[in-house]
Amino acid sequence: MFGLNAKDTRLLWIVIGLTMLAPFLLNPFPEGSELAQFNAGYPDLMQRFVIFGIFAIGFNILFGLTGYLSFGHAAFLGVGSYAAIWMMKLLTMNVIPAIIMSIVFAGLFSLIVGWISLRRSGIYFSILTLAFAQMSYALAYSVLTPITGGETGLQAKISDPRILDSNAGEFGRANLFGLHMNSSYELTIGRWEFTVNTGYYLAACVMLISFYMAIRIFRSPFGMMLRAIKSNQQRMNYTGLSTRPYTLAAFVISGMYAGLAGGLMVAMDTQVGPERMFWTASGEVVLMTILGGAGTLIGPVLGAGMIKYMENIISKINDSILHQWFSFLPDGLEDVIVAVVHPFIGKGWSLTLGLTFMAVVIFLPGGLVEGGQRLGRLFGRKSAESDKKTPPAE
Amino acid sequence: MDAIILQILNGLDKGSAYALIALGLTLIFGTLGVVNFAHGALFMLGAFCAVTLSRIISLSYIVLDDTKKDFLGNPTKIEVPYIYDWLGADTGAAIIDWSVPLSILFAIPVMILIGVIMERGLIKHFYKRPHADQILVTFGLAIVLQEVIKYYFGANPIPTPAPEAFSGSFDFGVLVGFDPNSIIYPYWRLVYFAFSMVLIAGVFAFLQFTTFGMVVRAGMADRETVGLLGINIDKRFTVMFGIAAAVAGLAGVMYTPINPPNYHMGMDFLVLSFVVVVVGGMGSLPGAVAAGFLLGVLESLASMGWVIDLIPGINQVIIYLVAIVILLTRPRGLLGRKGVMEE
Amino acid sequence: MGILEVKGVNKRFGGLQALGDVNLSIKENTVHAIIGPNGAGKSTLLNCLVGKLIPDSGSVMFDGKSVLGRKPHEINQMGISRVFQTPEIFADLTVLENVMIPCFAKRDGAFRLHAFESVGQEGGILEQAEAILSDVNMLEKRNMHAGSLSRGDKRRLEMAMCLVQEPKLLLLDEPTAGMARADTNNTIDLLKEIKATRNITMAIIEHDMHVVFSLAERITVLAQGTPLVEETPENIKGHPKVREAYLGEAQV
Repeated sequence: MFGLNAKDTRLLWIVIGLTMLAPFLLNPFPEGSELAQFNAGYPDLMQRFVIFGIFAIGFNILFGLTGYLSFGHAAFLGVGSYAAIWMMKLLTMNVIPAIIMSIVFAGLFSLIVGWISLRRSGIYFSILTLAFAQMSYALAYSVLTPITGGETGLQAKISDPRILDSNAGEFGRANLFGLHMNSSYELTIGRWEFTVNTGYYLAACVMLISFYMAIRIFRSPFGMMLRAIKSNQQRMNYTGLSTRPYTLAAFVISGMYAGLAGGLMVAMDTQVGPERMFWTASGEVVLMTILGGAGTLIGPVLGAGMIKYMENIISKINDSILHQWFSFLPDGLEDVIVAVVHPFIGKGWSLTLGLTFMAVVIFLPGGLVEGGQRLGRLFGRKSAESDKKTPPAE
Repeated sequence: MDAIILQILNGLDKGSAYALIALGLTLIFGTLGVVNFAHGALFMLGAFCAVTLSRIISLSYIVLDDTKKDFLGNPTKIEVPYIYDWLGADTGAAIIDWSVPLSILFAIPVMILIGVIMERGLIKHFYKRPHADQILVTFGLAIVLQEVIKYYFGANPIPTPAPEAFSGSFDFGVLVGFDPNSIIYPYWRLVYFAFSMVLIAGVFAFLQFTTFGMVVRAGMADRETVGLLGINIDKRFTVMFGIAAAVAGLAGVMYTPINPPNYHMGMDFLVLSFVVVVVGGMGSLPGAVAAGFLLGVLESLASMGWVIDLIPGINQVIIYLVAIVILLTRPRGLLGRKGVMEE
Repeated sequence: MGILEVKGVNKRFGGLQALGDVNLSIKENTVHAIIGPNGAGKSTLLNCLVGKLIPDSGSVMFDGKSVLGRKPHEINQMGISRVFQTPEIFADLTVLENVMIPCFAKRDGAFRLHAFESVGQEGGILEQAEAILSDVNMLEKRNMHAGSLSRGDKRRLEMAMCLVQEPKLLLLDEPTAGMARADTNNTIDLLKEIKATRNITMAIIEHDMHVVFSLAERITVLAQGTPLVEETPENIKGHPKVREAYLGEAQV
């Protein structure tokens, strides 16, 4: 279906199902119960799941397929965000122009950066992209303040001269033809509460389209060329293929994905700041992609979800919650265990992240997806036939 | 003119830090072929060696001074470092005052140990893996190291002053015949510059004049041949990793009075140091040092008022701009060797 | 007039004259071997033909057009394919994908953004790829990772990747270097079969005289960057200049 083979169609349906039912699936614990803090079904977090999912899917098209490790993708996310906020300030609070312009501007910017950076490969390419991203950040922070709002960033304001929204009744609320992004419907079933949020569903639909396009790219001759470039550039050249346009196209496509993610962020919270372009933000998308499984279709989405979930949930756990959990243990032991776990929770979530990431790179270079495959093989489910057919980049 | 000299001087201490970190980075790259993203973290760990030592020697107990009362009428509490009791108040105070330079002695063994553990425990297993994997695993390690430091020392910068004798400034302008007060330069920055020159000279002398260094240099040029000669190059490379870690650590120790250390200072310096290494030429030691000073001074010059007026924001981006231009015109960097990181 | 005309090509590396006034003409539909002792400049010459190196002076004409200043992929698109000393294949891709890539290159040129087509449903490409795989007896290995093939199979795969482009000139850089005798003979048979079934010109750089004399119709002997003689295999054996060149090497 949709021009996909049976296996990819199944994967797409699974992802569609999961994202559409996310508000319910992510809130499995009844309100007020001890485990309710593990619920992730609130709009803000779910929006971040899918938006960073888009960012990582795009990054994976570059890194997963061609092997070019960019350390500057946050710059495109930032450019997309600024483009989107200006659309909202000048044109309309409708999110459609904002999102379109975020893709266009990020695409143009990545074309320039890619055209220069792709003259080099390996570590040199990484440093070049890093240099461009840091330059963008520094400029957004200082000289470009009239355009970027400097340190404080930009917000959509009531006083903005929106050409299309002449009646100012709807100021400051991002909408899709009148449908407010931050409007939610609360659904209560027994002790369970679910929030169905407009913004999330818009972002989720965009993510599904992005995901579908990524599958098509992975399965296309173009995707095969990109994998071939990762495998052997010399043979590419001596097969009559010019590698630069291919890598540049992959770079621009992934830059547009990043811009789209940035535009969606603005569509959700109508504000932007330069820290979005800082190189740690570029590092984050690298972590997501590797953690989930670079070069696999579903990996980056999983990685993005996992990191954003950890960031939100683990950082909320504190000592008193730990004491509750381990209260069944004898007092002394309980204190010891709490003390041991303490550095990894709350503010220490980055430590947990760093350790998880190292463990993945060391033991599971294929990321969570490879972990899942290994587990699957361990339990002997349909291993033999599916393994043979799985091409290297799923 | 005097403004330019002042900016050059100001650039030298930052340039020294870049040069020292870049030196270690390129040493590790040249010997082990590993791209170490955790090298900035070693710089940061060095700085926190200084913090740790100053805390240890300032460990105090509290005595009540009955002669002075606070406003509630209670005797004032006075903290007396244990070291006063052991070595006398004068010596003790001097040692506490000189804690940063003393930390050098403390940091050398600690940093070498950390370096060797890192190499044997982690990096060793990544020699045969792609550069991307090396970048990623050391990037993860850098996050872990800085989070550990944040956990124990908190997120705020920790002021670590230079010894009293060096805490002031001196009038450099008068020395070279300018008007008084035209070029005021803090003593410690001069100390830092001198210290880094000594350290750099030490590393080069070590590589140049010892048999150990000779083998390492040969290994950098052609690892396989040296291996064929029956020399255990791996063990020497481990030691080199320790030395590179110590160099970065010492750079961090001495930098603490210039910039109070915080947990993310390593990452801040790492990004720039990588740019420095690439500009200097991957695998070239003189290149790393030259590019370090060059970029430090350029950055400083670019932040002069009239330069910023001319090209707004140039001070923020000059290093990256130079890197981009160099990489595109001289792919191997200023002094790079052929065939390093090229496929 | 040959399909490949090399005239007065010089190439220096620093103080070393790698090629000195090389003239070479390769006639269409012949197998032309270029032999010579180590350091004679065979590889340098080859690299000048495919665009990896640019000669300091001289001209290289292929099919009436100059190849100088063109990039390797442009030269390949003109009709020159190259087989490497160690097989250069896409080790991370399957055998089938390895041969599909040159099929796309032949159909679409150096670049095409076919991001929304599907590999499996491309008109003709799959059939073309499978046909060439069955020609080299590798059809049953189509879904294997190319990196896990035996060395002989890698060589055959590389040959298939070159042949599927239907090049006018196939350059072979020591195709049997490091092979066992049996594999060498297999390769000779494969090349003979290619010669018999396709209109193709081949230029072979080779050390192994057994291979050279089994295949070549013309032989050029290169020594110290300059061609000594060009002759038929019969006349090369026992040629005084050739002996001198090789004996000179033996004494070193």
